[in-house]
Amino acid sequence: MIKTDVAIIGGGPAGLSAAIAAADMGAHVTLVDRNQELGGQLLKQTHMFFGSREEYASTRGFDIANILKEELKKRNVDVLLNTTVVGYYKDDGVWGMEHGEDKFVKLKAKKTVVATGAMERHLLFPNNDLPGIYGAGAVQTLMNQYGVVPGKRVLMVGAGNIGLIVSYQLLQAGVEVAAIIDAAPTIGGYLVHASKVRRQGVPIMTSYTVKKAYGNGVLEGATIVKVDNRFQPIPGTEMDMDIDTMCIAVGLNPLVELLWQAGCEMRYIPQLGGHVPVKDENYETTVEGIYVAGDAAEIEEATSAMVEGRIAGLNAAYTMGFDNGHYCDEREKAIKRLQDLRSGPVGVKISNGLLKLAEEAV
Amino acid sequence: MISEKLLREGVADESDLKEVIPPDWALEKGPVAVAECFQEIPCNPCSTYCNRGAIVFENINDRPIIDYEKCNGCTLCVSKCPGLAIFIIDKNFSEDEATVMLPYEFLPLPKKGDVVTTLDRYGRPVGKGKVIRVQNTRYNDKTPLISVTVPKDMAMVVRNIRVEV
Repeated sequence: MIKTDVAIIGGGPAGLSAAIAAADMGAHVTLVDRNQELGGQLLKQTHMFFGSREEYASTRGFDIANILKEELKKRNVDVLLNTTVVGYYKDDGVWGMEHGEDKFVKLKAKKTVVATGAMERHLLFPNNDLPGIYGAGAVQTLMNQYGVVPGKRVLMVGAGNIGLIVSYQLLQAGVEVAAIIDAAPTIGGYLVHASKVRRQGVPIMTSYTVKKAYGNGVLEGATIVKVDNRFQPIPGTEMDMDIDTMCIAVGLNPLVELLWQAGCEMRYIPQLGGHVPVKDENYETTVEGIYVAGDAAEIEEATSAMVEGRIAGLNAAYTMGFDNGHYCDEREKAIKRLQDLRSGPVGVKISNGLLKLAEEAV
Repeated sequence: MISEKLLREGVADESDLKEVIPPDWALEKGPVAVAECFQEIPCNPCSTYCNRGAIVFENINDRPIIDYEKCNGCTLCVSKCPGLAIFIIDKNFSEDEATVMLPYEFLPLPKKGDVVTTLDRYGRPVGKGKVIRVQNTRYNDKTPLISVTVPKDMAMVVRNIRVEV
């Protein structure tokens, strides 16, 4: 059995930041990730990040992954790759892990930060399982990590940041984007991302959804339909799109199975992406010693995930008595940064969700 | 107030643009930046990278308001804008031409001297322009800047190019 002070589950932006922060305080840290390489979703993000210099603004996602990995190397952190945490033994606080295909390993940590990220939502429509229909994350992985284009002509479903960014990346890869549609009446993602794809000639059609997909064994086309303000299809507004690829980018759900299993109190908060754990301002869940950070805590941007990871990592170490003398400063700075990031109009949804979570937790 | 058109289609309309078009005196004095950033989002690199203090933020969600007394169109902010929303306009390139410098992250890159198709905010062709500069340094970090000639009255219309292959 592996023993450590702080276990971090997930090596994406939140987990890497948590590991760095906890190691800085002086704790022994073990970082576990199911992939072959650390970085999580950062690895496939070729666009420049928003935010401020502290969150590596203007740096591309994959470069941020490299910066964080370099920082990690400078510290005393054990990294277990190709290792999936599959369960939690509540009675003795042990995490069960699958290493590779056939090895079962146990990990006992005094504190744990769960930074497992999120999974994509799918959309219900006839034939939504035809080959050629992808999640946006899969398309990004294929193109940006493996250099494989998914098709020739794509319909992007979802005009949030992921849908807009992946559309832009498809265009960069030489793939035609027939249109970006979204059932909402307005564009959900940053308008600068929208303008970027629009000036490449891609129409953005709000108040549209997919009625059905069709094709003989593979996707050959889709019918889209306009929806009213109650998201009901308006008869007679159907349009056929000639496409070989559909990319679904309709949002994410926090990946929280381990938190459920550990007995953390959970609440359903739509603004935060679904079921999320109740947590305090140090990002500790209702189970003592289990912290959460990033998309597993609520669906937000990678910039805030990094700051949350920092807060969780700092506190996980500090509560065991580790402090390099800067804990109070660092914690305060991180909390202030998170507040700043969320203080504008695009942070309203998250802030309302967090407020609701706090109210419902009582 | 962000226009319905921008919110629904991703294209700024006249009411949005009115807020960011530089005053005539600024365009007369030389090249200047135009920040087509209409939404308050948590992002401030344009301000951080400006050496002349022409873009000042109090809160990270502020919109970039360019001080045209200070901006000299130096281009430092353009490739650092994660939204690729900043353009440099030089209204005095020649008797009847202006130049638009825009971030361009597509291959193939045009070369200096090439004639390219100029596009508007919808991506519609609106004319031809000559590439007078391609800036692709380490600082630009894979966001090359292309400077292209346009008729003077198209300086606030042209926002993209298409390289014919």
